[in-house]
Amino acid sequence: MSRAEKRQTAAAMQRAALAPYTVWAVVFIVVPLFFIAYYAFTDDNFAFTTRHIVRFFTATSEVVTDAGAVREVRTYLLIFFRSLKLAVISTIICLLMGYPFAYLISRASDRAQKTMITLIMVPMWMNFLIRTYAWMTILQDTGLINSLFGALRLPTVHIIGTEGAVVIGMVYDYLPYMILPIYSVMAKMDVKLLEAARDLGCSSAGVLRRVVLPLSMPGVISGITMVLIPSISTFYISQKLGNGKFYLIGDAIESQYAANNLHFAAAIAFIFMVILLAGMALMRRLTGQRIYGGA
Amino acid sequence: MKKTNRFSHLYTALIFAFLFAPIAILVVFSFNEAKSLSVFSRASVKWYRELFRDSVTLASLKNTLILAVAASLISTVMGTAAAVGINKLRRKWLSAAMDTVTNIPMVNPDIITGISLMLMFVFVGRFFGLATSLSFWTMLIAHITFCLPYVILQVLPKLRQMDPSLPEAAMDLGCTPMRAFFKAELPEIMPGVITGLIMAFTLSLDDFVISYFTQGNGFQTLPIRIYNMTKKTVTPKMYALATIIFFVILTLLLVTNLIGDEDAAPKKRKTRR
Repeated sequence: MSRAEKRQTAAAMQRAALAPYTVWAVVFIVVPLFFIAYYAFTDDNFAFTTRHIVRFFTATSEVVTDAGAVREVRTYLLIFFRSLKLAVISTIICLLMGYPFAYLISRASDRAQKTMITLIMVPMWMNFLIRTYAWMTILQDTGLINSLFGALRLPTVHIIGTEGAVVIGMVYDYLPYMILPIYSVMAKMDVKLLEAARDLGCSSAGVLRRVVLPLSMPGVISGITMVLIPSISTFYISQKLGNGKFYLIGDAIESQYAANNLHFAAAIAFIFMVILLAGMALMRRLTGQRIYGGA
Repeated sequence: MKKTNRFSHLYTALIFAFLFAPIAILVVFSFNEAKSLSVFSRASVKWYRELFRDSVTLASLKNTLILAVAASLISTVMGTAAAVGINKLRRKWLSAAMDTVTNIPMVNPDIITGISLMLMFVFVGRFFGLATSLSFWTMLIAHITFCLPYVILQVLPKLRQMDPSLPEAAMDLGCTPMRAFFKAELPEIMPGVITGLIMAFTLSLDDFVISYFTQGNGFQTLPIRIYNMTKKTVTPKMYALATIIFFVILTLLLVTNLIGDEDAAPKKRKTRR
């Protein structure tokens, strides 16, 4: 084989190497997304309908408010905004807890950094079902916190089944996903930059605000997406820690799936996906950064 | 200065306490004779004995391992080949399109990925008149699908770092293109391939949401088994299981950390100075 022939064969082989993945990606990544839209806009006999989409926006149910009055609410809109609210609160708490921590780790010695990062990854590698369940046993009315309170002759607190419990679960499950990307950006930051800022007259707070914060922004953005997306779409945490009282968008999809209402499940998933895509496009506009998220 | 130091130690301790307290409780109460999770009666390994007698859980562990091995191997081979191809794409729009599609499973919430695959499997199953189309195979397809992007993302940077003249030199020195890839190119990108394989393996082991939607025909993985166990009141058997998982993970991570320490430390110091 001549040199040119070899190059040609190599190029042909490289093109061929991409073929199986291309087919796979089209069949198992792209086409399934169209199936969500297809199911969302069809009825049980696969005839076109907007019934399921309309149901998402118009379905109502009655809730009893704290004052005892009965109020009619838009069921699924309420669920969506509740998911958004709890996920945003959890993300903010994760950021407030995780950012200083990532900074502290990045300033530690090489060895300490490595050990601490390994330790943060340990709970991450445990299945989130187990982690969430552990919190359920702690927060229960007869759980550890209340037996501790009882031993100290304090009144028992009712935590499980509140929105607070769901937030605790989300923060616990996803905190490492906030710490790690912020840390990895901070660890790569040149120490000389910080020293230079200080030499040029910056106070410690000034260094933090003017140098560390802007440089760590990419880590913050990816941390936010890595916490926000799984917490907004979770369904196990709310079932276990919210006692099933606080349906989230994930619960809505899951319960429709479990009840075999595949078309309505698809409709909720479709609307959810559209909102997420719009949100991500907006974020990309605002930050000029590509979003890599997921769990 | 000392004050901030003390504060940072306290803060670190608090975060780690938060991260490990729930796990510590599971570990302690897995050795509890009684079923209670708040009162420790007497130390015993009763629940461990019961766990090892639970054939359903053991079978699901076996299923999880079979699935993770198959999914990680297939996605590593396919993903590595794909990365080689993507790296050579010259048309901008083609590589941008590839990039976008590859990102979809990573950006999408797991529940969307799971639902979308399930709907397609159900539809295709109905088309062929099957009662249920969900089985081990649909789960395997789903796992390969969500593992692939992570493999590609690990291998692609290694290919871009590699000197492109390396395989060319191998060919000039008499290698066939195939041999040049396996002898010159593959060893160069091996670290990325291995990391991709490990990531795919652990992602597959740990996945619950996507497996939940694509499961069928009684094929149960360990996370699904745990889900089914926590649906009813849980026996401390599950804490015994969690404890074993915790120590396996801890050992694995510490061992890889120590091994990584030995060959990474001198290199790191060099780049620092």
